[in-house]
Amino acid sequence: MSALLSIHDLKSYYGDFQALFGVDFEIAEREIVAIIGANGAGKSTFLKTITGLLKAEPATVMYKGRPIGGLPAHRIVADGIAMVPEGRRLFPSLSVEENLLMGAFTKRAGRWDLARVYELFPILKEKRNSPGTSLSGGQQQMVAIGRALMSNPDLLICDEISLGLAPAVIKEIYEALEKIVAGGLTAIIVEQDVGTAKRVSQRLYCLQEGRVSLQGRSSELTHEQISLAYFGV
Amino acid sequence: MMIWVDAVMQGVLIGGLYALFAMGLSLMFGIMRMVNVAHGDMVILMAFLGLLMTEAFGLGPFAAMAVVVPIAFGIGYVLQRGVLNHTISKDPLRSLVVTFGISIVVQNLLLEFFSADTRAIASGGLESQSVALAGNLAAGVLPLIIFGSAVLLTIALQQLFGNTTIGRAFRATSDDPGAAALMGVNNAHVYAFATAIAIGILGIAGIFHGMRTIFSPTDGPAQLIYAFEAVIIGGMGSFWGTLAGGVILGITQAIGARIDPGWGVLLGHVTFVLVLLFKPNGLFPKTR
Amino acid sequence: MNAHVAPQAAAAGSPPKSSFSVERSTRLGTATMVFFAVSLGFSVSMPFWADASHLRLLTELACYFVMAQMWNLLAGYGGLVSIGQQAYIGIGGYALIVFANMLGINPFFSVLLCGFVAALLAMPISQVVFRLPGAAFAIGTWAVAEILRLVVANTTALGGGSGVSLVALKEFERSTRESVTFWISISASYASVLFVYLLLRSRFGLALTAIRDAEVASQSQGIDVKRTKFLVYLISAFGFGISGGLYFLSNLRISPDAAFGVSWSPLIIFMVIIGGVGTIEGPLLGAVLFFLLSKVFEDYGTWYLTALGLIAVIVTIWFPQGLWGFVAKRFDLHLFPVQRRLRLLRGPSGKP
Repeated sequence: MSALLSIHDLKSYYGDFQALFGVDFEIAEREIVAIIGANGAGKSTFLKTITGLLKAEPATVMYKGRPIGGLPAHRIVADGIAMVPEGRRLFPSLSVEENLLMGAFTKRAGRWDLARVYELFPILKEKRNSPGTSLSGGQQQMVAIGRALMSNPDLLICDEISLGLAPAVIKEIYEALEKIVAGGLTAIIVEQDVGTAKRVSQRLYCLQEGRVSLQGRSSELTHEQISLAYFGV
Repeated sequence: MMIWVDAVMQGVLIGGLYALFAMGLSLMFGIMRMVNVAHGDMVILMAFLGLLMTEAFGLGPFAAMAVVVPIAFGIGYVLQRGVLNHTISKDPLRSLVVTFGISIVVQNLLLEFFSADTRAIASGGLESQSVALAGNLAAGVLPLIIFGSAVLLTIALQQLFGNTTIGRAFRATSDDPGAAALMGVNNAHVYAFATAIAIGILGIAGIFHGMRTIFSPTDGPAQLIYAFEAVIIGGMGSFWGTLAGGVILGITQAIGARIDPGWGVLLGHVTFVLVLLFKPNGLFPKTR
Repeated sequence: MNAHVAPQAAAAGSPPKSSFSVERSTRLGTATMVFFAVSLGFSVSMPFWADASHLRLLTELACYFVMAQMWNLLAGYGGLVSIGQQAYIGIGGYALIVFANMLGINPFFSVLLCGFVAALLAMPISQVVFRLPGAAFAIGTWAVAEILRLVVANTTALGGGSGVSLVALKEFERSTRESVTFWISISASYASVLFVYLLLRSRFGLALTAIRDAEVASQSQGIDVKRTKFLVYLISAFGFGISGGLYFLSNLRISPDAAFGVSWSPLIIFMVIIGGVGTIEGPLLGAVLFFLLSKVFEDYGTWYLTALGLIAVIVTIWFPQGLWGFVAKRFDLHLFPVQRRLRLLRGPSGKP
């Protein structure tokens, strides 16, 4: 199986501050990979680099065999990488439906459209004309996921989608995510909650201080290995 | 009594022109939080381009408009993409100084090429025609056309913003440029397109201005201030508000001028100050 | 002034801890002070030997010094980008007329009062313009200047649109008049520089820098952002009021267009931007440069201004630290050490 996205020796900087020190990463088509790590381990930096919000050397990020490192974010979305950003970042002056339609801005063809998203999250159809930010946290997260799907991505990246949500809501969201990937999607899931990350993913990477401290099949990694890689103690 | 009714009516009509000046300013501030100090000079630049078309190429004023609007649109796009996009930041200093610089450049180039003389765009007798209304009131045909254009453009902009993909992209980018980029929006292009529309409208407004009254290269700053006051009076974020703001500014100026010729513009300024003091978000703020 | 924060020595072999010191005054800063004291003495003696026309030119330059310094304080440090400070130049100028011509107060002393009148009027004006967010504030200040211009032009007691002469100066002999005006303007320019320098080194200056760098964070640190900006606005109005009074004290005639005219703003703003905004040295350098250029290119009016506008655009976008910023970086020069500088005594890689 060839890699959909492969990252080799990725280094990233904020001004003089180095955030990533040579990260290697790979994800195959139809695979679900989780990335875990403490705050400041470099997870967000890593995602920002993939999605084009941070600069990178072209060849360090290969997608479908082509270098995409350093391409602007809007080009990368058009190539089929969509992100559910941390904190959801819905557009406050747009309604729920308009938020979803923004996801379809690139007009990529595929199975996802408004009807499919409403089928997945029926509550959103009810609230389609409300301002996106007037919804509950869980519903807002559904809008954010639906919005990312509307671009019909080949690779879906979810950044801390359980953050700040009640356990029952998190369960609901992840059940929906299972349905989504069952339709043939590749996904990178970034999670702080190790249990959730292990459960939903096939493989797992742990980042620590800007380096990959552990990787392997999610089902084979032990609690001790992960906690060593996570905290470094 | 009749002279006051007449004053209000004339004020409403001139308010349409102020609204035409103001729409682009409101648009740019809404999307990029940027105030184009050269906005008024762009009005005058377009008036001179219109003059060039009518005098050097013998076009009628509306044919001139058809030529100048695309030029204005192009100027707006290139200006934003090539220059102003480099100045977007939370600190307004850079964009203000740069647009101020452009204002000075435009003014002085116009002075160099057209001299300081006042000019007017020939409107083929349109300026002297009027429609008789009730009593001995009469409304000029040209002011009516200008006002009608302002209403049409307001509707068009409202539609563009509310119901089109690019309109949604404008609002989304205004909310969160980073998240918009993640949706595939090229911010640089969206900003440039917004400024293109803003300056494009001035293609219409500038030529109307030149048909209605005499103008000279240094008239820009006054037009900027009228446009700005219309935006603030109406409340930012709504094009109907901007039209209303222009009309209110026009009415107060017309009434002031009937009281004392020196007071017209001043009373308009006073209205602006009063609105800021008592309704800082404008008379018709965005409700959403 | 040097305070060691970390111990110098780190155990050999272990990863070397970098030690550093916080310093504020530099040797150059002291040299600057000496230079300024000497040049002040030199300037003060000028009326006894220099040509009257030179004195007039230097008076004008001194007014620009004050204006540039005050606009820099307002916009560069205070984040309040005004393009309507000519409001206070005009208020200062007309206050001079009222005090000297109408009330018979000594015109030279009146200049000081001009500053207070400007600061006083800045209080209600700030109530209006501070309601405008970000860039809109700039246009609001301009509108205010326009309003004042129109009000004065419609006031017959102040000479209306055609203006009025400073007749109160007739009772002074010409050479006395010129010398005293020169001395006041020199003092004002030195005082403005010294004042801004001391202000920025004070707690107030620290708060101002904090706001400039991170407004929200500084608010949460207990800095009263609104009050700080209000005070900066008043100080700037005071400075502009004084320089307006001075300018028209030397010019002898004032009109609404000259006093509140829009041409002041590009002059002052381009001076500061080209010289280097956010430094004390920049505006001074900018004012001198601007003054010299305007005298050399006087005959090229429109082309000169066109070039100036272009330069302002280019500098702002591609050389935002201005001419002084370039010099300071290149030669590590800081004539006015207002910032606290962290100096690594021994870095991790052994570099200083």
